[in-house]
Amino acid sequence: MSDKPKVAFYWCASCGGCEETVVDLNEDVLKVVGAVDIVLWPVALDFKRKDIEAMADGEIAVSFINGAVRLSEQEDWVKLLRQKSGLVVAFGSCAHLGGIPGLGNVTTRELIFQRKYIAVPTVDNPAQVFPTVAVTADGHELELPSFYDTVKTLDQTIPVDYYLPGCPPPSDLVWNAVAAILEGKLPEKGSVLAPNKALCDTCSRNQTKPEKLAIKEFQRVATGTPDPEECFLARGYICLGPATRSGCGERCISANMPCRGCFGPPDGVVDQGAKMLSAIASIIDSSDAQEIEGIVNTIADPLGTFYRFALPSSLLGRTRIGG
Amino acid sequence: MAQRITIDPITRLEGHGKIEIFLNEAGDVERAFFQVPELRGFEKFCEGRPAEEMPRITPRICGVCPTAHHMASTKALDDLWKVEPPRTAKLLREFIYNTFMVEDHYIHFFFLGGPDFVVGPQAPAAERNILGVIAKVGLEIAGQVIRVRKECREIIKALGGKVIHPVFGLPGGVSRGMTEEEREKFMATARFAVEFAQFALQIFDDVVLKNKEYVDLVLSDTYSHRTHYMGLVDDNGKVNFYDGKVRAVDPAGKKVAEFAPRDYVNHIREHVEPWTYISFPYLRSVGWKGFVDGANSGIYRVAPLARLNVADGMATPLAQQAYERMYQVLGGKPAHATLAFHWARLIEALYAAERMGGLLQDPEITSEHIRNLPTATPQEGVGIVEAPRGTLIHHYQTDGKGILTKVNLIVATNHNAAPIAMSVEKSARGLIKGGKVSDGLLNMIEMAFRAYDPCHACATHALGQTPLVVELRSANGDLLERISNLVQV
Amino acid sequence: MSEGSFEPRIIGFLCRWCSYPGADLAGTSRIKYPPNMIPIRVMCSGRVDPAFVIKALADGADGVLIAGCHPPSDCHYQSGNIKAMRRYPLLLKTLEQFGVEKERVRLEWISASESGKFAQVVKEMRETIKQLGPLKWGKGAGE
Repeated sequence: MSDKPKVAFYWCASCGGCEETVVDLNEDVLKVVGAVDIVLWPVALDFKRKDIEAMADGEIAVSFINGAVRLSEQEDWVKLLRQKSGLVVAFGSCAHLGGIPGLGNVTTRELIFQRKYIAVPTVDNPAQVFPTVAVTADGHELELPSFYDTVKTLDQTIPVDYYLPGCPPPSDLVWNAVAAILEGKLPEKGSVLAPNKALCDTCSRNQTKPEKLAIKEFQRVATGTPDPEECFLARGYICLGPATRSGCGERCISANMPCRGCFGPPDGVVDQGAKMLSAIASIIDSSDAQEIEGIVNTIADPLGTFYRFALPSSLLGRTRIGG
Repeated sequence: MAQRITIDPITRLEGHGKIEIFLNEAGDVERAFFQVPELRGFEKFCEGRPAEEMPRITPRICGVCPTAHHMASTKALDDLWKVEPPRTAKLLREFIYNTFMVEDHYIHFFFLGGPDFVVGPQAPAAERNILGVIAKVGLEIAGQVIRVRKECREIIKALGGKVIHPVFGLPGGVSRGMTEEEREKFMATARFAVEFAQFALQIFDDVVLKNKEYVDLVLSDTYSHRTHYMGLVDDNGKVNFYDGKVRAVDPAGKKVAEFAPRDYVNHIREHVEPWTYISFPYLRSVGWKGFVDGANSGIYRVAPLARLNVADGMATPLAQQAYERMYQVLGGKPAHATLAFHWARLIEALYAAERMGGLLQDPEITSEHIRNLPTATPQEGVGIVEAPRGTLIHHYQTDGKGILTKVNLIVATNHNAAPIAMSVEKSARGLIKGGKVSDGLLNMIEMAFRAYDPCHACATHALGQTPLVVELRSANGDLLERISNLVQV
Repeated sequence: MSEGSFEPRIIGFLCRWCSYPGADLAGTSRIKYPPNMIPIRVMCSGRVDPAFVIKALADGADGVLIAGCHPPSDCHYQSGNIKAMRRYPLLLKTLEQFGVEKERVRLEWISASESGKFAQVVKEMRETIKQLGPLKWGKGAGE
């Protein structure tokens, strides 16, 4: 019987990028594998649900769970893992904040159905057939699972001990977190395992920021070309640096594309989108109500931009259903 | 007494799934369901987003093949804004793209599907994975696998910002260029990648082709379907992942369609069943005839074997040799053996590696002219690439300001949804007799889908779940028990 | 709840130097106005973080009033009210995307002597939001 701590990786409404970032540890992944006993990792190993069900409560030292929660099956799985685990780490933006699948909170199951089964140009569905929860086909009574209208973060579903931010978390952050866990050197529960600074603080373009940012018209990368070294905001390209936690190494910035906030906000910020809204408003160069409105109209999609990764975790959480 | 067997979750693929198998009184397979419980809704929630954000949103459909979505999306933006990128941008895009194909194909072969061959399909579960592969082939070879992927991914990181969810694509070009220093460094990787690709084919030769049991498996009817095939081809009819026309051939290899991206709507239809969430694409000209093989069924397959089946050859010499050899062994074109997807995948990786080097040798690749700014009013655009797992279609409609009004995505594995379901059921029927089941046998059923290298996150971007419905019926058809694994909300 | 009996709950962020005294004056002058607004005194309209407004709506308010000193020169802190002015259209645009009608959130300039204006604004907001109906954000907005 192995003395090594048991570790599980699981994915909910996710894309698999968080799995890939672990594989991107490259040779170091072998060190991890050597130090722990991986008991669940569907992308790479053949352990099944019954193997987890057979374990004792708390038998798994750490479960790393990525992906947002929007199916009851995902809720079942994370509750099972919470029960069987000592620690649960919300791994990646989706588990932490809702992530890109969290943008699903601008719509509903009903509207998705309408688009996919009727309106899409390639669908051939003259009888207007919709998947339904209970139907008889060829003499078989079949059931379809239903799914939630609203995407939830992991900590809206189960208690979470730590957060590893990022879409995906960079491999070096993952390595540091695993090392900290194995050595028992973790900060207080509830912490995000990344520096507590805003991106602007560590960004190389910070020095090019003028004393005062003043924008008369916001720009879009579709129709403009950012300078490869200048602060994006200085030119009116919306960059979520001011409202985003540092720790990613400014990878997008280095490719000359502005930040979209995947690390979530620094400590103490409850609603990343609202903070970003505030930051952008503060650089509008006008004191005239009408002119301000005109400048605001050059911002293409406030909700989708300020809340790109954090919609489910935000105060409002989703767009309004019904009325 | 009838029996139900559940494989939950299916493993060593990208995504979620369950297989439910019902046995009759005699212990033979009556019905097998392949179920994908995933759902996110990209086509709907992207409405209202600025189109230029799509290359940064859609890669989150899949973290294993984000570069594919990024590229299809970027090309859709070119079409949307009617802007032609400068030649340097196209070279850079195609270079990054082929680099990505190399590393993605190898994650499948060594981590996902390959272990079944290298370690053995009926090996103990604890060994059927990358760790078992390493134990079998040794740390040195394992080190080479890690190295080739690492170096390729470093290239994507350098040019694309991030390797998981790159950011460099823009309408009319890319966001950053390549320096001469980088070109030299990348050239070394390209050369190593070609060496490794030949080595990987050698491994396939030694481990699979020299093993009669495996060869029989590959050629068996249990793992075979005579379907149509689809893939991108360049102006010379050769396989090209980044650009070209979409070509479809029938089970005999005869061309039945060839069209530009904009025309996809005229050629592809999606079938809807009331009992499942996944849609089933088929060729419009042939029609939907159900989950059946044959020239009269509109069902088609995509991804490596399909691409090689539709094309007239490979554009690079070593890959062309490998291509010819494969068809020789398989007995001609098109090849219908599902497990041959693994072989074709390795040939494609060789082509991609050769192509990397070829593109790097073009002096324009380091030029600074990497973007042409759009000037037209956006309206509608389609971008198609060959993702590792199949033809990937991004279709956007916007208002005059470039804010999305409609999105349609047909994503690689989606095209293979019907074939995968058919393959799983056929393999279950072929393998399970008289109620004899073992872990190894169940794994061999999973091998039927693994050959396709499915990406369920991709396939279910919009609607995800085929149901987990388990029906237990007695031999005379009475429903004994109905089990659904998902709670009704 | 029938539409007739719905009484909106409005949170009012009132600045300490102008709008809050203005509201007080309405009270001491016995100007009648509906009791739907719950006042919260802030030092300046510029203190109102958009998150306050959003939180109020998320936690059950049907509407929010932000009231401050007249621009350009009445603000006790020079330009706090200008900061509020800059946030307002962007906040409304974002809230509209969330499905919150822009009539629910109002920015007004109310001086210490404008007791009548204050009462009028509260009355108008009550009527407008009664028409719109309750927001009921926390209840049934999700599942």
